[in-house]
Amino acid sequence: MHEQRYSQTAIAIHWLAALGITAAIAMGVYMVALPMSPARLRLINWHKWLGVSILVLSTVRLLWRLTHRPPADLPMPSWQLRAAHLVHGVMYALFFAVPLTGWTYSSAAGFPVVLFGVLPLPDLVSPDTSLAAVLKALHVTLALTLGAVITLHVMAVIKHQLIDRDGILSRMDPWPIRNLEA
Amino acid sequence: MKSLRRITCCASALLVFFPAYAQKLEPAQSEISFAFKQMGVPVEGRFSTFAGQFSFDPKKADPGKVVLIIDTGSARFGSPDTQTEAVKAEWFNVAKFPQATLESTAIAAAGPGKYDLTGRLSIKGVAREVRIPVALARAGAITVATGAFTLKRLDFKIGEGDWSDPSMVANDVQVKFKLALSGIAAP
Repeated sequence: MHEQRYSQTAIAIHWLAALGITAAIAMGVYMVALPMSPARLRLINWHKWLGVSILVLSTVRLLWRLTHRPPADLPMPSWQLRAAHLVHGVMYALFFAVPLTGWTYSSAAGFPVVLFGVLPLPDLVSPDTSLAAVLKALHVTLALTLGAVITLHVMAVIKHQLIDRDGILSRMDPWPIRNLEA
Repeated sequence: MKSLRRITCCASALLVFFPAYAQKLEPAQSEISFAFKQMGVPVEGRFSTFAGQFSFDPKKADPGKVVLIIDTGSARFGSPDTQTEAVKAEWFNVAKFPQATLESTAIAAAGPGKYDLTGRLSIKGVAREVRIPVALARAGAITVATGAFTLKRLDFKIGEGDWSDPSMVANDVQVKFKLALSGIAAP
């Protein structure tokens, strides 16, 4: 039973990332619709700080994933396994691509990222208005793609949990004690 | 012929007694820039249009007077959004206050090539006294005056309403200038 679950570290990172990424996408969608105001600037900065935090968390996550074996796949048709692994791979790629394009966009737009308002991060490119426009479009496209892929991932979990009833969610349950009591 | 000589003579006399007439700001070689922080993020800008009136003689104990006129609508930023914002009523209010001026009230020598300028800085209808250390350096026929000082943007109502929160846009603004002047006597 134990090897059917992800490690506590992997589970913690998963839910922390889920929370952070959902918040970052929601902030991004909301803030770009705001008119120029202190509220907009504050959200943009928080969004950048969150994005950099997600980038750091994703690096830890990738290193953990590469050095720890995940639990064996649940029995399911091979096309579903291939699709699940493809979705995981795309998500991992976007965990890096989305924050990195955002950071690069910020550099190109002439706004260095200062993490939490105190730690200046290096500029990835020099300020360039036309490059900034391209990077903005790329960042938005990749972020919305990540949102779509996460939706697919969640829908697959719901399908497995509620229709196949294969207990897939318990693999990522951060409180396994509760399951033992149930 | 005689009258022409008199005119030339008078003109020369004017140049000698009123050196201001020959002192000119060279805009292409001059810069006025400023920098501030926005949630810790450095933002830089500059003014592209400014003019000045100078009557300055470094050899005199009271070296003269300087007036600088800056077009507030010429503030240039790296980001187009910032530039659009800067002209608005909350910031420079360019429609109502198209110019900022610095008028010296006293210039005092403070060592070789160094001066302390005291003057009235007027921005957005608010005038404040400022003290600015200025260094002069000569390069050929050009005298370059450089200096820097810090002003509090809220003193001049730059960034009103929601924008007056200094935790969002810092109150301190570092102003830097390099003014290339022609026609100033060698020290």
